[in-house]
Amino acid sequence: MSEIKGASVVIVGGGVTGLSAGWWLARDGVDVLVIEKGMIGWEASGRNGGGCSHHHSPLFAEEQRLWPIMDELLGYPTEFSGGRIRLAASEHQMMLYGRALRNAERQGFASEVLDVQQAKAMVPLAGDTIVGGYHYKFGGHANPHRTLQGYAWAMQDHGGRLLQHTTVTGFRCEGGRVTAVETDRGPIGCDSLVLAAGPQTGRLSAMLGQEVPVQSARCEMIVTEPLPLMPLGGVDGCGLYGRQTLRGNLAYGGGPHEWLTMAEQGSPAKPTTPLMLHMGRRLAELLPKAAHARIIRSWAGVIENTPDGRPVIDRLDSQANVVVATLSSVGFGLSPASGHAIRDLVLDGTCSFAEISTFKLSRFAELEPNWRELQGWQVTAAAEALAA
Amino acid sequence: MNVPASDPKSVTGKPLVIDERVDVLVIGGGAAGLEAAIGAAARGFGVLLVDENPVPIRTMGDDVPLHFGQGMAANARNRNAMMEAFVASEPRIEEAFEAGIDVRLGTACWGLYANGASLGWMPGLVVGLADEERSLLVEAQHVIFACGRRDMGLGFPGWEKPGVMGATAALNLATRYGALGPQRVVVLGSSTEALTTALALRETGVAIVAIVEQAHGGVGDAALLANLRNGGTEILTGHVVRAAVGHDGVEAASVGPLDDTGHPVGEERTLACDGIVLAVGATPVIDLIDAGGCKVAFQPERGGYAPILDASQQTSIANVYAVGDCAGIWAAKTRDRAIAEAEAVRAVAALGAAATDVRTELPPAPEYDISAYRLAWVRASVVEARAEFHVCQCEEVTAREILEIRPPRYLDWRDERRNDRSLSALLGEGPPNPDQVKRLTRAGMGPCQGRRCREQVAALLALGAAQPLSAIPLASYRAPARPMPLSMTAHVPEAPEQAEHWDTWFGMHAQWVPFWEVPERYTVATNDATGPVASE
Repeated sequence: MSEIKGASVVIVGGGVTGLSAGWWLARDGVDVLVIEKGMIGWEASGRNGGGCSHHHSPLFAEEQRLWPIMDELLGYPTEFSGGRIRLAASEHQMMLYGRALRNAERQGFASEVLDVQQAKAMVPLAGDTIVGGYHYKFGGHANPHRTLQGYAWAMQDHGGRLLQHTTVTGFRCEGGRVTAVETDRGPIGCDSLVLAAGPQTGRLSAMLGQEVPVQSARCEMIVTEPLPLMPLGGVDGCGLYGRQTLRGNLAYGGGPHEWLTMAEQGSPAKPTTPLMLHMGRRLAELLPKAAHARIIRSWAGVIENTPDGRPVIDRLDSQANVVVATLSSVGFGLSPASGHAIRDLVLDGTCSFAEISTFKLSRFAELEPNWRELQGWQVTAAAEALAA
Repeated sequence: MNVPASDPKSVTGKPLVIDERVDVLVIGGGAAGLEAAIGAAARGFGVLLVDENPVPIRTMGDDVPLHFGQGMAANARNRNAMMEAFVASEPRIEEAFEAGIDVRLGTACWGLYANGASLGWMPGLVVGLADEERSLLVEAQHVIFACGRRDMGLGFPGWEKPGVMGATAALNLATRYGALGPQRVVVLGSSTEALTTALALRETGVAIVAIVEQAHGGVGDAALLANLRNGGTEILTGHVVRAAVGHDGVEAASVGPLDDTGHPVGEERTLACDGIVLAVGATPVIDLIDAGGCKVAFQPERGGYAPILDASQQTSIANVYAVGDCAGIWAAKTRDRAIAEAEAVRAVAALGAAATDVRTELPPAPEYDISAYRLAWVRASVVEARAEFHVCQCEEVTAREILEIRPPRYLDWRDERRNDRSLSALLGEGPPNPDQVKRLTRAGMGPCQGRRCREQVAALLALGAAQPLSAIPLASYRAPARPMPLSMTAHVPEAPEQAEHWDTWFGMHAQWVPFWEVPERYTVATNDATGPVASE
């Protein structure tokens, strides 16, 4: 049995969203407890490209305000580095990538169109494989693992608590409110509950009478040995996302995903595939002067998406004191802002800094029950995943 | 009713392009691998046998796949000579050629992919191979791993100097390549494995200056120890190497005694030598086995983390076998290759057959407590070192930085507001996890892929958490198990359907609609998913 009997706010899920929310709440002196079934950041939060440039999101302005000051706010290094360059291997890509420039401009952030010469001047590892690119004078990239650990430690510095290796098995409800979270280590009482459990958010919310529709998929990344630092590490494009880390490694991903059915218990397996080779070829196309660099690791993450790929950050109708949150496969960069939004919803009932009605669950009120099938999100590894 | 099309951005309908198909793929051409390949061919299977030896000199320089420690003699650069030497050193290679086996030397395996939990995309068992020019994908009905052994790294001040090397690397260079540089060596460790290696090196003409053992007595076969002593080797029990001395390489080992509690005491002595051979822990090579998803466990009677096998040497993945040292290392097996060959015979008998009733020779109980022994070495040599040095040579991380979970020095993190974030702050309710520690400190994240430091890091975490070595989870292995230049991926074919639909992320139109244009309701029917899309 756990020694912990309860907390004012219990957060289920020790990923980047849950931990950021925990940190925001703890900063305000709230008695907060994050419950994690395994180790913090072991799922999608620890396996992503580290990008911080989400100009399509209502959280964009807050994301941009916060990242440059996160090291200071947390007291731990995030490796945030500002600015991004996106290179295009074809005119078609160049056209498609232009949306970022228009989105950002509308919100007051500047970008620059780069011709091949300018792009090559700014990106020493680039070559004649590109037709041009964009320089976003906003956004940037950070180190997911370090940031995640920073949230956890900073939350603890403010008195928040963390309970790892603890699985949620159910909820106790009374009078339209959740009063306790049932775990494999005993019940934990709460005044408010936040569900930020990544791929498990769908199943757990269904137990509360209002399912957040999500489906999980496996995605992959590769990383090379370190290379001399480029002046701006946040360079991607040519069908890849990623960055040169501050250590110098090239960490990139992209390409097809595989839809999965989640087992109810434990951490899903995260196998990689020979897709590594196809990512490697595109990375050599994006940065041909790095073609000699050797891939030293590949890895996979299991990531949830809602039917429209957009976040849910909302209070449940079925239980008044529950906030649900999934960032739908785009959660790391937005985490400083998503945690703030969750804090606001828990404490004040409404988001103080952005209009987030597009994150409401009610948009799925008329969603087809067989939406997974209709969207072709077929699972081929179902039996194995369930057996795991 | 129409069946909806599959998500064009998913792997569904994107066939993996396979270069070759074989009945049986054997990885590793040592005693067990050769027996497996020759046996499978005799049963009528088409067999491909690959061995990464001779390893290119540049790869050796990175301490991949073994801790070569720059101990290669000049002739190791001559690839043709190394090929000839390697083939001549093992008569059964010629036998395999004559049996019609497709034998490819200088060909490394870098990945095994099998459907299972969270993966349904593979057409079967897929294996990635690479020679010096190109990578290719092979689909095999059966895969037999015979990848051999490697050595636990053990640091001390100066251990990065050329001439400090693993016992397996030294033995391979001496007996298979005829290209071992150092000729007067100090050997660390006195297990039967270590003594067997020392004697084999002596056979090739290398002078064994001393056996250094932290324990206050030899731990291995007394007769082997006596044999070495009689040959003029000094036996220094209750000692560690305090430093490797030398300018461009090892010129001497400075050794010092330990007291009863393992603390260095008393005066150091200098032993002139040009090599320091690390033989404190031979461990099965399981990089491909673990990265491929086969279940592994810490098994002291098998030399550390080793695959979980059935009586036919089959791993937890159907039709994937492990034989020879990669299946487990123990003294009797090291001394008699017939034990490894018998494992290969059992695996070959099981190929394509229903489960057979075979008698398994289980390894005997270990002759010493390998957890306590390896921890004692790391405590005496690394923790008690008189000066800081890099346990992780690639990323330049010291033992203190690992135990204090310090941010890596490239960050130059000077915020000292919090300095209590050491290992104890990470422990929580579970044992320390090396994967978490390596992400925060970067120890083990370099081009040698953690080969030199992973067992030391595990031992440091065990010592820091007062746990046995067996309690520390395995730091996960990842494909590619051999570093692969990006340029070598360029010619691996890709299905045209995959190239056509390739996108940065999930390729969902609705995901990237700016928030000011998002409709109030979402349904599949009203969602416009036509037209080109690029994820951000």
